[in-house]
Amino acid sequence: MDLSYGPEYNDLRGEVKAFLAANWPPEEGAEGGDLAAQAVGFRRRAIGAGYLARSIPKRYGGAERAADPLAAQIIREEFRRAWAPMEQPGIGTMMLVPTLLERGEEWMKEKWVESTVLGETIWCQGYSEPGSGSDLASLSTRGELVGDEWAINGQKIWTSGAHAADFMFALVRTEPDAGKHAGISYLLIDMKQPGIDVRPLRMMTGSADFNEVFFSDARTPKNWIVGERGEGWKVSRTTLKHERNSIGNAAMVRGQFDSLVDLARERGRLGDASVRQRLTEIEGYVLAHEYSGYRQLSADSQGKQAGIIQMMTKLHSTNIGHSFANLAIELLGDDGLQAPGRRVAQHAPSNHGAWVGQFMYSLGVAIAGGTANIQRNVIAERGLGLPRDAAADRSTSK
Amino acid sequence: MKFELSDEQELLQQTIRSFLEAECPVTRLREICDGDEPFDPSLWKGMVEIGLGGIQVEEQYGGVGLEAFDLAVAAEVLGYAAAPGPFLGHSLAAAAIGLAGSEAQRERWLPALAAGELLGTVALAEESGWQPGDWTFPGGSSLSGCKRHVPYGEVADLIVVGTEGGGLAVVEGRGAVAAEPYEGADRTRRLAELTFESAAAEELAGGADASARVRDLALILLAADAFGGASRCVEMAVAYAQSREQFGVTIGHFQALKHQLANLAVDVEPARALYWYAAHAYDHLPDEAPRTAALAKAHLTDRFMHAARDTVEVHGGYGFTWECEVQIWFKRAMFDRAFLGTPSVHRERAAEIASW
Repeated sequence: MDLSYGPEYNDLRGEVKAFLAANWPPEEGAEGGDLAAQAVGFRRRAIGAGYLARSIPKRYGGAERAADPLAAQIIREEFRRAWAPMEQPGIGTMMLVPTLLERGEEWMKEKWVESTVLGETIWCQGYSEPGSGSDLASLSTRGELVGDEWAINGQKIWTSGAHAADFMFALVRTEPDAGKHAGISYLLIDMKQPGIDVRPLRMMTGSADFNEVFFSDARTPKNWIVGERGEGWKVSRTTLKHERNSIGNAAMVRGQFDSLVDLARERGRLGDASVRQRLTEIEGYVLAHEYSGYRQLSADSQGKQAGIIQMMTKLHSTNIGHSFANLAIELLGDDGLQAPGRRVAQHAPSNHGAWVGQFMYSLGVAIAGGTANIQRNVIAERGLGLPRDAAADRSTSK
Repeated sequence: MKFELSDEQELLQQTIRSFLEAECPVTRLREICDGDEPFDPSLWKGMVEIGLGGIQVEEQYGGVGLEAFDLAVAAEVLGYAAAPGPFLGHSLAAAAIGLAGSEAQRERWLPALAAGELLGTVALAEESGWQPGDWTFPGGSSLSGCKRHVPYGEVADLIVVGTEGGGLAVVEGRGAVAAEPYEGADRTRRLAELTFESAAAEELAGGADASARVRDLALILLAADAFGGASRCVEMAVAYAQSREQFGVTIGHFQALKHQLANLAVDVEPARALYWYAAHAYDHLPDEAPRTAALAKAHLTDRFMHAARDTVEVHGGYGFTWECEVQIWFKRAMFDRAFLGTPSVHRERAAEIASW
């Protein structure tokens, strides 16, 4: 066991700190006071210094550094401490960029990789449909080749950020006569066109982060397809392995737990025996989560697989989120009658409305990106080796 | 950054696992559990021969000279196999003498403990509680009083006794105290009530400083044992789901059961890193060690109990029988949970240590 990063990494930490001290926050009024532009400018400098877009080749605007999970972790820690922006967060950086790098045409990488990471281009993901949730491959949004364009008709749902997105990467049925999975293609679609209607869906918290997206003869060029026709399912799967940042999740869980303790203290309940029991019981899970993050970082840094624990991060943190929410709402007492405010920030439970929001939002976390029950299927089948469910035939043609 | 077992630690686990597969398969485990003899000297002798008598005892005293982490890694395998025997009490007695004994006391007892010539145990619990601060047993060179829940108290050759003010004293000689074994739930770790009547004792000079540390080590070993046992429960439950057939298929096809097993696995596997960290902190991060040990014991022994209950349920009616081996781990979980104080005791301690 060695939980230190070693001397060469201490040097790196010093360099990152010095870079941040010189570059963030930007001078007041820089870029005409435009915060988004300030972030883009900062990201360019950070990429130049080798701290962001590390896995992206230089010719597409990245820093092109050898994979080094420990260096990446140190950079994350220092950027977080300085409240400095990392790569543009969201589905574009997380999902689309790795997919393009692996499967995209050269012109696509040149056109979109850098601007996505910088935050100049915003993406949304068109996967789920009203009739296709966990059985995603049954999707029925159609794409037909008309001349040099795909004509797209149908509907996507639960599309986070569609109202703000420039483009969508979408799974679309282009080969209706092929099999269920083999009929799907991965298309890139301009969101700013008359054939697309974005309607916000109001969440139970009252705010609207996600949308329905209706396609009525929307158009996209014939060559805005990643992979071949009918390869969309496979292309969408290649993306999933790029998602991992286990320790980032652990740090967030830890931050929320500390906020929960602060809430108990502020409400005068920290001396209450039942609250102490519940807090320390939850803390057992929080520590298990945190140290399992170390385990994965350790394995990643040596190019090894950490095993079944890798499949558990989301479900374990979802479970923890439920217990945070349940204890928080107890601690709020009468203030739990309030309507939710904005969701709780990583660190400060500054207002009670935010905790009410968190009480509800923890359910969103349990559902987004694969419900807890889907996670359980994955753990049972791929992790524990239990048989796949015969009723859920994955190859039935649509 | 390396947060995983070293090759040596993997080998240590493999050595113990192979030994137990050969010497204490489930058939033998059942015989010991069902038998009247509380102690199997030949099994313990074999465990000592592979080093389990003194993993943490320094080499100059004939031990293997490893850290608490290694001891915990060994305890995990014993929990996995539900290995019967006095490893826990013996390891703690050696740790207490190593931490609190004079040079002469160490030279006198540690080599004999490491070699298995003496069987050690610890006498901690009283009516007033398990923790050093709870002890009221008067110290001195002649001990009188009662101690409860002493592992293998009737066959131990050397007993480290917790005394008033968190002190530690050693009583030597099998039969030096009146021992009354009782029928414990867990038949893999036998317990006795001890009555001392003017028993000759030697105090360990560093006892008052060391007793909390011995307690923390005990908490970590229980947590490690619990992780091993809990992971075995997951394996048993999964194996049963893959073999038992109903409606023409193995019951592992059914989503209700798959989800139950996934929940079980997610409850258990992340906790491995918690016992690792607690053991690592004991060796290298002394400020963090007491609180982490308390939380690890509370969390891991709860997980084991929960896993054992679910595993019985997964086995259906068979799971509730004496014949089904799950009951052996179920009862081991009861021991890990209650020994040295239940999870709520240690959660409250953790809250106090944090000044909540």
